[in-house]
Parts: sequence; structure tokens; C-alpha cells
Amino acid sequence: MAVPPRHATMQSISNGSTAQGTDRPQTQQTQQAQLSQQSPGLRVPSNRKTIYDRHLNRSRNAELSRASFAFLFGEMVTYAQRRVTGIQDLEKRLNEQGYPLGLRLLDLLFYRSTSTSSSALSSSSTSSSPPNRPLRIITLLHLIHGPLWRLLFNRAADALEHSVSPDTPNEYMITDNDPMVNTYISAPRDMSMLNCAAYVAGIIEGVCDGCGFETKVSAHNQPTELWPSRTVFLVRFGDPVMEREKVLERAGVK
Amino acid sequence: MSSTKTSRIGEEIWKTRVDKVNAELVTLTYGTIVAQLCQDYDSNYQDVNKQLDKMGYNIGMRLIEEFLAKSGVGRCANFRETADMIAKVGFKIFLNVTPTVTNWTSDNTQFSLIFEDNPLADFVELPDDGRAQDELWFSNILCGVLRGSLEMVSY
Repeated sequence: MAVPPRHATMQSISNGSTAQGTDRPQTQQTQQAQLSQQSPGLRVPSNRKTIYDRHLNRSRNAELSRASFAFLFGEMVTYAQRRVTGIQDLEKRLNEQGYPLGLRLLDLLFYRSTSTSSSALSSSSTSSSPPNRPLRIITLLHLIHGPLWRLLFNRAADALEHSVSPDTPNEYMITDNDPMVNTYISAPRDMSMLNCAAYVAGIIEGVCDGCGFETKVSAHNQPTELWPSRTVFLVRFGDPVMEREKVLERAGVK
Repeated sequence: MSSTKTSRIGEEIWKTRVDKVNAELVTLTYGTIVAQLCQDYDSNYQDVNKQLDKMGYNIGMRLIEEFLAKSGVGRCANFRETADMIAKVGFKIFLNVTPTVTNWTSDNTQFSLIFEDNPLADFVELPDDGRAQDELWFSNILCGVLRGSLEMVSY
């Protein structure tokens, strides 16, 4: 399966010009002609209110209406649905949209955990020194289960499990009994397999990849009587990760 | 209805009747939507703007119901009241901001909303490709939302 490099999605917005690297000089000339009165390059507001002048924690405790999220997310799913061939394709698309978010949230998590000493990342680092990037699978999964979930949904995930099957030691499961993203999504009957939390799966995948853990994450419906929209995120680590895990275990790295 | 009363209504609803969610999740989700559109439309920003407006319109048509249910306000007496309602109740309960209503034309049929703060664009820097900063209307979805929701209450 030919998959384009995943970082391509990131570049499209943060560094759009590199995407068209070859024809850049030519287009730049024509643009420069158009923009001759204005200074080229990135324009910043004169009051210096750029995103770099703001404190990163500014929006940390900010809240918005849940309805706004539901509307945006619903529209995002509807839009994605028009361009896909099936449920798997749709979930893949949602996953791809979440992925760049994961990469960024990882940095944000680390940044916040250093500035607030212990509270945010207490499960992955108990010392007050800046927490290190997780090296072992369990530390990484705790980071996702606790701090990442709290950042996104204001609570920890509901369960973290390891596959009991000896054939799949690389599979871990993170459970959310009632994923917020699915609250206002109702799938038609012929698409009952669809789980729009694939978007969150993409975020998890981004966080893992950003940490250097090659992973595939997928979201699955596993309703129980009590929790009809219970979702299990299946995290499958790649073989190189499992090999490294063994080496680290022998070396006693925590 | 007086302007201060309108903003009190907005505050009150926001504090007591609105389910909340982390603002960053909304901001980042909106960011991925725009990024995805830029990719799908091959950085043709005019088309991206159009699509954002369309998505906003779809949202607006459904959002008005939520607005009426949450706010319980009645019909506005005139367009100035409508403008106040949009800025101080509508934007307050959905985005927790109150844009300034200004630039009225003399016949009271046109006004502008000025945003001091835009939660949708919180971490956003437009690409430095020489076009996006002029052509991409990042928060154009809001225009669609206004269009859609006002249409549903026959404006």
C-alpha cells in the first residue's frame, strides 16, 4: 500500500511553500510583482500580538461550548464522508486528520508538564525535574491514558490493558466508556461499524510516532449494556518497537 | 431590549446552561479542518473559503435551534437588536467571546462585527507562501454560520 509520508499533512499548513518546492522561485517572482507595495514574507500584526508573543498556557483552562465542537466535528465527518469509498476509508481519513494534532499535542504536553512541575504528568514522572520523553511502552501509554486524555477531555481514559493473547504481545488497548467525540454522532444502520473516534485514534498515533514509537491505532465499538458507545482504541506497536523494548528491558531502562 | 440586558443574558447562559469542552480541542479540530481543505483543494484558497462558508451554512441551519433552546429569547424588534443578540448572546454561548458591533450604515441595514479575540485562530499562523495571508479567510466558517442561522429565522 503506497502511503504518502504522513508529515505531508503537517507541511501543508505550517510550511506550505515546501510542498511546491520546485516551482517556487518562478511563482515567487510573480507574487513579488503583485506585492511590491507590501513587504514580502510573513506579515505580523503591528501590535505584536503574534502567536509567539502569547503565553502557551493562555488557553490552558479555557473552555468553549461543547456544541461548537460537536458542530465542527460533525461537519468534518460529513465532509470526509463525501470523498471516501467506504467505512474503512472514512476512518482512515479521520485518523489522518488527527495525526498531526497528536504530534503537536505531544510537545504541548511536555512543555506544560515542565512548567507545572508534577501535577500534569505525575503518572509518567514523579520527580520535579523536566520529565523525559517516554522510552518504554508502558510509560508512553500512561502518558496517553492520563495527561493526554485530561488535556483533551478533562478526565483520564477508563482502562488500559495489554493483550492476553501470546500471538499479539504488541497489542495494547485503551478504553473510553463514553467518548466525547461520539456523543452527537449517530451512524446509519448500514454503517454501524463506523467509529468516528478514529480521529482520536489518529491523535494517539501522532503522539506515539512523535515519541519514536511506530504504531497503528484503530478505534473499535465495543458496547456494553451500561456503556452503549464504549470504544476501545487498539494500539499495535511495530516490530522494531517491540525489539527495542526487549533490549531496554534487559538494560533495565525505566 | 437594552444592550446591557442582552449581555447579561449571554453571560448567564454561558455560566449555567452551556456544556463545556476544552477550548484547545475545538481550536485544533478547526485547524485540522482548514488544513485538510487546503490540502484537498490544492491550496486554491478561494475554493477553501467557499467550502468553509458552505460548512458554516450547514452548521448555522442547525445551530439556530440550539441557540433558541438555550437562550429562550423571543423575536428581535429591529436589526440593531438582532446585531446585539448575535454578538452578546450568540457568540458568547458558542465561542465565549463578544465581538464589537460597529460600522453601522445610516439606513441600519449593515454592520460589522469586530473580534478582539478569535478562539478559532488561537494557534494559527498562515503559511508563508505569499498567497494564504491575502487569500485565505481562515475563520470564514463563521460567515457561513451567521448566514445559515439568520436564514432560518427569516433574515
